[in-house]
Amino acid sequence: MATTQTPLETKKAPVIEPGHSFASVTDKISSIVLKRPVKAGWVFGFAVSFLILQVLLFAVGYLFIKGVGIWGINIPVGWGFAIVNFVWWIGIGHAGTLISAILALLRQSWRNSINRFAEAMTLFAVACAGMFPLLHMGRPWLGYWLFPYPNTMNYWPQFRSPLVWDVFAVSTYATTSLLFWFVGLIPDLATMRDRATNPVVRFVFGLLAMGWRGSARHWARYETAYLLLAGLATPLVLSVHTVVSFDFAISIVPGWHTTIFPPYFVAGAIYSGFAMVLVLAIPIRKYYDVSDFITERHLENSAMVMLATGLIVAYGYAFEAFMNWYSGNPYEGFLRWNRLHGPYAPWYLALLFFNIVLPQILWIRKFRTNPIWLFLISLDVLVGMWLERFIIVVVSLHRDFLTSSWGMYYPTRWDWAVFIGTLGLFSALMFLFVRLLPMISIFEIRTLLPEAEVKHK
Amino acid sequence: MKRDPIYGLLAEFDTPADIVQAAERTHEAGYREIDAYSPFPIEELAEAIGFHRNGVAPVVLVGGILGCITGYAMQWWISTVSYPVNVGGRPLHSWPSFIIVTFELTILFSVLAAVFGMLALNGLPMPYHPVFNVPRFEFVTKDKFFLIVFSSDPKYDAVKTRAFLESLSPHSISEVPS
Repeated sequence: MATTQTPLETKKAPVIEPGHSFASVTDKISSIVLKRPVKAGWVFGFAVSFLILQVLLFAVGYLFIKGVGIWGINIPVGWGFAIVNFVWWIGIGHAGTLISAILALLRQSWRNSINRFAEAMTLFAVACAGMFPLLHMGRPWLGYWLFPYPNTMNYWPQFRSPLVWDVFAVSTYATTSLLFWFVGLIPDLATMRDRATNPVVRFVFGLLAMGWRGSARHWARYETAYLLLAGLATPLVLSVHTVVSFDFAISIVPGWHTTIFPPYFVAGAIYSGFAMVLVLAIPIRKYYDVSDFITERHLENSAMVMLATGLIVAYGYAFEAFMNWYSGNPYEGFLRWNRLHGPYAPWYLALLFFNIVLPQILWIRKFRTNPIWLFLISLDVLVGMWLERFIIVVVSLHRDFLTSSWGMYYPTRWDWAVFIGTLGLFSALMFLFVRLLPMISIFEIRTLLPEAEVKHK
Repeated sequence: MKRDPIYGLLAEFDTPADIVQAAERTHEAGYREIDAYSPFPIEELAEAIGFHRNGVAPVVLVGGILGCITGYAMQWWISTVSYPVNVGGRPLHSWPSFIIVTFELTILFSVLAAVFGMLALNGLPMPYHPVFNVPRFEFVTKDKFFLIVFSSDPKYDAVKTRAFLESLSPHSISEVPS
């Protein structure tokens, strides 16, 4: 098998290691869910995540009793951690959609082995993100007021507000991500149904697979629908972070009111999202022994996307600074001074180092293909992108036009508890996902095999 | 109407090339009520069984147009008729700020149309289907390919059709009870 493939081999690592057949691919991926015993490592990881999830529940419970006063938010910094974390989480989600939709349209076949868990990552990240604006409202039980519905108060949402645009963008995004993910799962759920030996497992997968039988007519409609979904999700994902950036850019606060925000937010989202993809993919391919599907090629390509989007982010920073000077506006000029010399200056410098300086080592191929280095750089980017949102939200708000209204923002332990708690929620869901569903798209891997090609007589 | 106790004849093949060729030849032989099953999408296979227009795209188009109209009309009506808010004398019908929600609802309705339209056209969910009665059929979600000639086909004949399918040298042939 390996020898017949030599003419195709280039310097790049293959998308899928040679030696696989339809059957071996199916068995290998489905057996992770169906046959592999639950190991101590998984139990330990899930237990830790589950404990951290309890921190979230505790912090949110206390928040419901006491109100948002337990957080560090104040006037002038009314947004604080809730919005920092919201933007950070939703940005992470974007890489999943980029991989599943944009790379599908560009016919990048390497995406087939990472799109499933990247989409799951999107879904869980959006779930974490969506929580923050609701909690930040102070009265989350009235969250449905955000949507237009006929009510006895005769009120309607204000459609000229970017915050209302955000409600529509994020809820559409969450719905689309869920459906896209589920549609991608249907044929694999049928595979699981037919492989399962336990009758209960078989019944549950059978129910979810909805009677999928792989008919050629079904596949034709499925492929059209999937392609259209990819085409729809592509502008959607770009619009979501654009609208998130409008929450800032439509206002007149110095540091927010800039036209560079939409593209630079989208690039930043993909930057942090690919970092999270790598943070998840590197341990998964090691512990679940799927490095023949998630090869060096995937790591390297993701690293290159990270490098490219990181440079767009760097361009955004540079242009922001240039416009501070070029606008000639004293408040813009002060913003620059305040970022570099104000009370939060160490964080701004750390942000520049984490997001711009350190990731430049990805220019060297050795670092792009070494999982450990890549893992560390990805963590660095995640921290850096979190700091970026902190700088944008807090540093812009804490000293605006009037010196009399200046203030400082200090996160409290409850701010941290909610943030760390969502990390627990996210990782607990990921741990469940890898055990309960096929984490790599089985049918799309089948199409990557050389034997899947129909040679005409 | 008397129901045929046999739903169809199911032939099993080993490779994508075999099934496509077999499907083409069955279609050429005049059989029209046929279908093929495969573990992954094969574009040529739908063509081979004579299935050219799948109807998903028009459904999505209708969904998108409906979403677009719904989004814009809703905002226009709310902002100018039901709940007009005068902000510094700016026009009530401020269309540039309505673009984003209109766009999002266009996408949302198209996505819902794509997913549920595809499932509805496919007749899913359908937990029971006669082909599941064939024990070998569970390999359709692994590495085997199947071709079926339904007994409702005008050319169907229990003996002749079986002989024809055998001429395609399949791995095996099974009768599907309905």
